[in-house]
Amino acid sequence: MIRTNVLCCAGTGCTSSRSGEIFDNFNKYLKEYGLDEEVRVIKTGCFGLCQRGPIVAIYPDKVFYNYVKPEDVEHIVAEHLLKGRVVTELELSEEDMKTGEKILDIDKIKFYEKQERIALRNCGKINPEDISEYIAMDGYAALGKVLTSMEPQEVIDVVKASGLRGRGGAGFPTGVKWQFEKDQPGNEKYVICNADEGDPGAFMDRSILEGDPHAIVEGMAIMAYAVGAHQGYIYCRAEYPIAVHRLNIAINQAKELGLIGKNIFDSGFDFDLEVRLGAGAFVCGEETALIASIEGKRGMPTPKPPFPAVSGVWGKPTSINNVETLANVAQIIMKGADWYSAIGTEKSKGTKVFALGGKIKNTGLVEIPMGTTLREIIYEIGGGCPNNKAFKAVQTGGPSGGCLTERELDTPIDYDNLVAAGSMMGSGGMIVLDEDNCMVDVARFYMEFITDESCGKCSPCRIGTKRLLEMLTKITKGEGTLEMLDEMEELCNEIKDTALCGLGQTAPNPVLSTLSHFRDEYVAHIVDKKCPAGVCKDLLTYSIDPDLCKKCSMCSRACPVGAITGVPGKEPYVIDTEKCIKCGSCMAACRFGAVVRK
Amino acid sequence: MKSLEDLKKMREAALKKVEMREGGKDYRVVVGMATCGIAAGARPVLNKLVEETAEKDYNCVVTQTGCIGMCVYEPIVEVYGKDGSHTTYVHVDADKATKILEEHIGKGHIVEEYTVDAVKALEG
Repeated sequence: MIRTNVLCCAGTGCTSSRSGEIFDNFNKYLKEYGLDEEVRVIKTGCFGLCQRGPIVAIYPDKVFYNYVKPEDVEHIVAEHLLKGRVVTELELSEEDMKTGEKILDIDKIKFYEKQERIALRNCGKINPEDISEYIAMDGYAALGKVLTSMEPQEVIDVVKASGLRGRGGAGFPTGVKWQFEKDQPGNEKYVICNADEGDPGAFMDRSILEGDPHAIVEGMAIMAYAVGAHQGYIYCRAEYPIAVHRLNIAINQAKELGLIGKNIFDSGFDFDLEVRLGAGAFVCGEETALIASIEGKRGMPTPKPPFPAVSGVWGKPTSINNVETLANVAQIIMKGADWYSAIGTEKSKGTKVFALGGKIKNTGLVEIPMGTTLREIIYEIGGGCPNNKAFKAVQTGGPSGGCLTERELDTPIDYDNLVAAGSMMGSGGMIVLDEDNCMVDVARFYMEFITDESCGKCSPCRIGTKRLLEMLTKITKGEGTLEMLDEMEELCNEIKDTALCGLGQTAPNPVLSTLSHFRDEYVAHIVDKKCPAGVCKDLLTYSIDPDLCKKCSMCSRACPVGAITGVPGKEPYVIDTEKCIKCGSCMAACRFGAVVRK
Repeated sequence: MKSLEDLKKMREAALKKVEMREGGKDYRVVVGMATCGIAAGARPVLNKLVEETAEKDYNCVVTQTGCIGMCVYEPIVEVYGKDGSHTTYVHVDADKATKILEEHIGKGHIVEEYTVDAVKALEG
């Protein structure tokens, strides 16, 4: 008889810090201590607080352990599971900012307190590889309700009334998209789930697929019924092996139970679903390129119209929805449009999942109601920048988005506000930058990404972004001119107006937004030949302050190229700037702060 | 699976697997499982409590704790109510455990004779 559940996070983040070994060790030591009949160990999805992973949760005690190592497992088994003593040194806790008290209740910890989990509701709660656990959480009830008591049009009306908008970035109303496809003539129609998450630093969709794959399977079946499709594809990148593995398990389990296949719930509705693997090209997140890739062609976009709703995969009407959008669908059907539309802002309903990364204390996955401010996300949930560094900007929307600064921190997050502020919602990557990040370098990074990922079909994107990258690289080397800034701006606007697909049209955004918010940094690179953040290597020189140098020789021993000379205990050390490769090793090695970077 | 009824049945069967993660039960039954408790026979008590709770669907979760500090009275079982009530049962064995579940969790009546106060009074 099972009295305790041990939930080990098996998301990608925790897996890479050895949560697989933790899972095996639990099973091993439970057996050794004779508890394997009483305690069940379960692999589950992302708990969200990836920074502190691997995370292990113990129920019904509701104790969360963080930074767990495989070596800790025996101790947890012997103490907590055998003797009932919580291992306090591993317990996830937070200090109350005002009283200094230790908070242990997971629901009261700041990181979770402001969150509202709808798309992530089962992540970290159920075993994603066991359909019965999903069913226990009311899974597939929405599909049952739709097939046995609703007309397709009623389903679309509910989704329309809920105000759900596409979570892939652009925010097109989901119900309207479905209506377009439903209104198309013909019987052969398709539905696609876009799981080609490609923004650097974004891992929302991956975590949903890994933690709650059945929610996507159910969402797709509901969408297919609403639009009149009988075949669905989940387009997922091969770089997400855990997600692909669990999706395939989920599809097979659903097929075995008859929740996918012929005559589902005896309603006469047939639906089949398969996973199609992509090779990880960023452009394949663009829907027409994605369709080409599913058809086995080279992943390149085609002009719109015709829109996929009219002519999509195999030339037939197709609806494409993002993972997170689909994860909301079953909940909306069960709880109603009014429930969903009561959450969020006037034009953006519901919640949004963000992947918090970069210079932030609590790296991880958060789901917040629309209308939460950036300040709440970054400071209250995220805990602010580590090491007391000053916040500089937050990059949202990936390579298609832009940077938002201190001034925009109190903007309530929704689709329209973010666009008005010069960025975009994007799929939900949120990268926090602090005073040590150079904004020119950030713009250069995204442009380099784009030139790699541009499919090359249209010249504005293929050639234009390459020219932008060249100019940005020159500026980071101190070879830029002030005229370049105007040229870049002009080129950016031309690319925006003339590129074929969304990738090219939005590619200049990181450049434009850093130019408008951080023009002074560009000017410092060009006029003063300095990188204020100390990032652009070509503009830096390292030197040793002879007054602070204690002649200890640590720096010269750390230098990988032998550029530092001196006599231990006698003569201060000197860096030969000709030989110096600006790696910063000496600066890290010096304990007296004598190495100066300018 | 062909009907909502089938789905409902499957859901009810599966609920047992996950319900302990949900919380929301009226009582928390805690067994002292430190060395003193185990030596005095807390393990069969814990097993009985878990089995009976699962079988008869009592409105409680069963968990364990360390040494409560009254080793002489082990095995000790504490019952915490949602309303903040707290009862300590001492010298519990498997049969007494069954009765505590039946009376206290099932009907809301404290089994006075097993409580620490009653046992202490009896022993003088």
